[in-house]
Amino acid sequence: MMKALRLPGRALGGFDHGVHPPHHKERTEDLPIQRLPFGSRFVMPLGQHIGAPSVPVVKAGDAVRRGQLIAGPGGFVSVALHSPVTGKVLDVGPHRYSDGTFREAIAIEADPYDSQEFEGAPIDWESLSLEAFIGEVQKAGIVGMGGAAFPCHVKYSLPEGTRIRCLLINGAECEPYLTTDHRLMVERPEALLHGAEIVRSKLGAEEIVIGVEKNKPDAIEMLQRSIGPGQPVRVVPLEVKYPQGAEKMLIKSIFGVEVPAGKLPRDVQIAVNNVGTIVAIADYFQKGMPLIERVVTVSGPGVAYPANLLAPLGTPIRDLLRFAGGLKEETRQVVMGGPMMGASIADLDAPILKGSSGILALTANETGRPEERPCIRCGRCVEACPYFLNPARFARLARARLYEEMAEKYNVMDCVECGCCTYSCPSGIPIVQHIRTAKDYLRSMTRKEK
Amino acid sequence: MSFDLETIFSAPGIMLGLGLFFGIVLAVAYRFLKVEEDPRIDDTEELLPGTNCGACGEPGCRAFSEKLVAGEVQPSKCTVASPEALESIAEYLGVDAGEQVKQVARLRCAGGRAEAAQIAEYQGFDGCRAADVVSGGGKGCPWGCLGLADCEISCTFDAIKMNEDGLPKVDVDLCTACGDCVEACPRDLFEIRPLNEHLYVQCNSPLAGDDAVALCSVACDACGRCSADSAPGVVTMENNLPVVHFQAGPLKPEATFRCPTNAIVWLEGNQFEQDSQDQHKSLKRHA
Repeated sequence: MMKALRLPGRALGGFDHGVHPPHHKERTEDLPIQRLPFGSRFVMPLGQHIGAPSVPVVKAGDAVRRGQLIAGPGGFVSVALHSPVTGKVLDVGPHRYSDGTFREAIAIEADPYDSQEFEGAPIDWESLSLEAFIGEVQKAGIVGMGGAAFPCHVKYSLPEGTRIRCLLINGAECEPYLTTDHRLMVERPEALLHGAEIVRSKLGAEEIVIGVEKNKPDAIEMLQRSIGPGQPVRVVPLEVKYPQGAEKMLIKSIFGVEVPAGKLPRDVQIAVNNVGTIVAIADYFQKGMPLIERVVTVSGPGVAYPANLLAPLGTPIRDLLRFAGGLKEETRQVVMGGPMMGASIADLDAPILKGSSGILALTANETGRPEERPCIRCGRCVEACPYFLNPARFARLARARLYEEMAEKYNVMDCVECGCCTYSCPSGIPIVQHIRTAKDYLRSMTRKEK
Repeated sequence: MSFDLETIFSAPGIMLGLGLFFGIVLAVAYRFLKVEEDPRIDDTEELLPGTNCGACGEPGCRAFSEKLVAGEVQPSKCTVASPEALESIAEYLGVDAGEQVKQVARLRCAGGRAEAAQIAEYQGFDGCRAADVVSGGGKGCPWGCLGLADCEISCTFDAIKMNEDGLPKVDVDLCTACGDCVEACPRDLFEIRPLNEHLYVQCNSPLAGDDAVALCSVACDACGRCSADSAPGVVTMENNLPVVHFQAGPLKPEATFRCPTNAIVWLEGNQFEQDSQDQHKSLKRHA
């Protein structure tokens, strides 16, 4: 057990290492969130969160209402799925996922004559016990909205003897281009603070800390202005540096505490939630609306009209791009998530997921892969790695296919694939791809052993 | 420092003394603590191919020869050695060589560049597993062969060569069924099959009908004709793919005749060879 948490008021020096990519947020940071019109066809993959896939409770031909449960959680580390529209279930079967694979999904056809209004009632959260609250969060289908899509209720289920002293809200949004959390903080600070209050009081935390990078002065101001009297909320401006929003970096920057490798924030008595997640929790308890829509930044030089869109989950990526004016001729790559950690999309008809924070259309300017040259041992990747690993060594070992050695001697599994090493490499070596390859191999080996 | 004979000779003297002492200790230990080992283990190991490939399931040829001498396995478990070599081992040990069924690696996919649709362009490290982690390398079929030669690199015996269609061609004469390619393939497409099991399904796609054929012209569309055309129970449809049950009855090439996409084939030798395709067509004409 870690020692009691230091909660200092003093300014701390941020985290070590990391990189400073141009943030490109000017395209969308001043654009209000717009609601994307409902399309005609929606696909909800059953396994869009980390953990066990959801179990469908509807079948082809069933009529569903917006917000109705369509799949229940498939285990403890799993959440429910709800219909993003009123309409009819087309089928339950394999559908193309954004990474090109086919995954089990529920396809729903929207009813064109329905107003798509959500009907729900607020939930009395004050009388709920912690267990009931955790159950409600799982039932609402809420996952981490920053990108990882880790079921939120699992974070709140604390082992015996652990307690949370601080609820840390991650508003760093350090990925270039993305402005979803930024816009939520500017436009819905009350919802954010209300959601934070619900989680704080249920977990019994003493304080709420909201970490926001300094390049969002309007968000910091809005939040500070909206804090109610006596609310134990602190808004901490953070240095603009990537990956400031990685939860371990965020904790280091704000509290000066390092979360050891293999440990979780709860081991240092902190719970970290993304801004979008907290707003989703507020929406559920205030309006009874489960997670059926999310804010997505559509940006990049490849789209004519970048936008922050409130899109129903399951909407094809193509619809969002079309709303943003379509892809320009020179687009070379469409990425889901941010440019540093996001994954390129194999099929534009793949749906928006709970973890999709952005859709970026990039041109040859951004994606042009530099000619790969041999590693010159300059050490820039080592200097950039916020987890103090040795990416150059990973790249060399992966090239030689010595994947086991990477895990046993150099802790490749501690890598979070933030992309700092590839970004800083002057020789254009795709280091993160090598690391992901190694991790994929190691995971497949453990699967086979079982 | 003055010239001092004692200093010069004492150091070599001590070393010599130590050497002599430990030498005697080792000699005594060898005499009294000797481990008796069957000399046949060394001789048998000499007769084995010495590739340490692991196809027999043992960590290497030495471990295999230990088990051979102990009588725990039959010589034919080694798939690399020639029949003559196995015979001589069996003769030397005075055991039965056992039945050696030639096994080879078969690829469960025939969708090369010409057959399978590509939905995106892949830029990145040239390797199947590396491409597979980046949205499947742009190949439309997420179950099919990526064609970036991870298996070719893994093969110890140079039995795998990528052909011009981007598919790994296994030379059945060189293949020893060691299973390295099975492990290397990120999509688990290789499997080790006996060479005399001629009926083979060259597709891994669980989709059916037009969905399957839209991704690849040689995909199995799960029509089930092969199942209907073979003896009952020999070919069954599972998860939209035919599964051949070799024990269930005689295999006949008729099962492949009505296949609309050539997903099920009658293999006499190597996969993806013009000869076998021609033979396939000629068989079709007879039907």
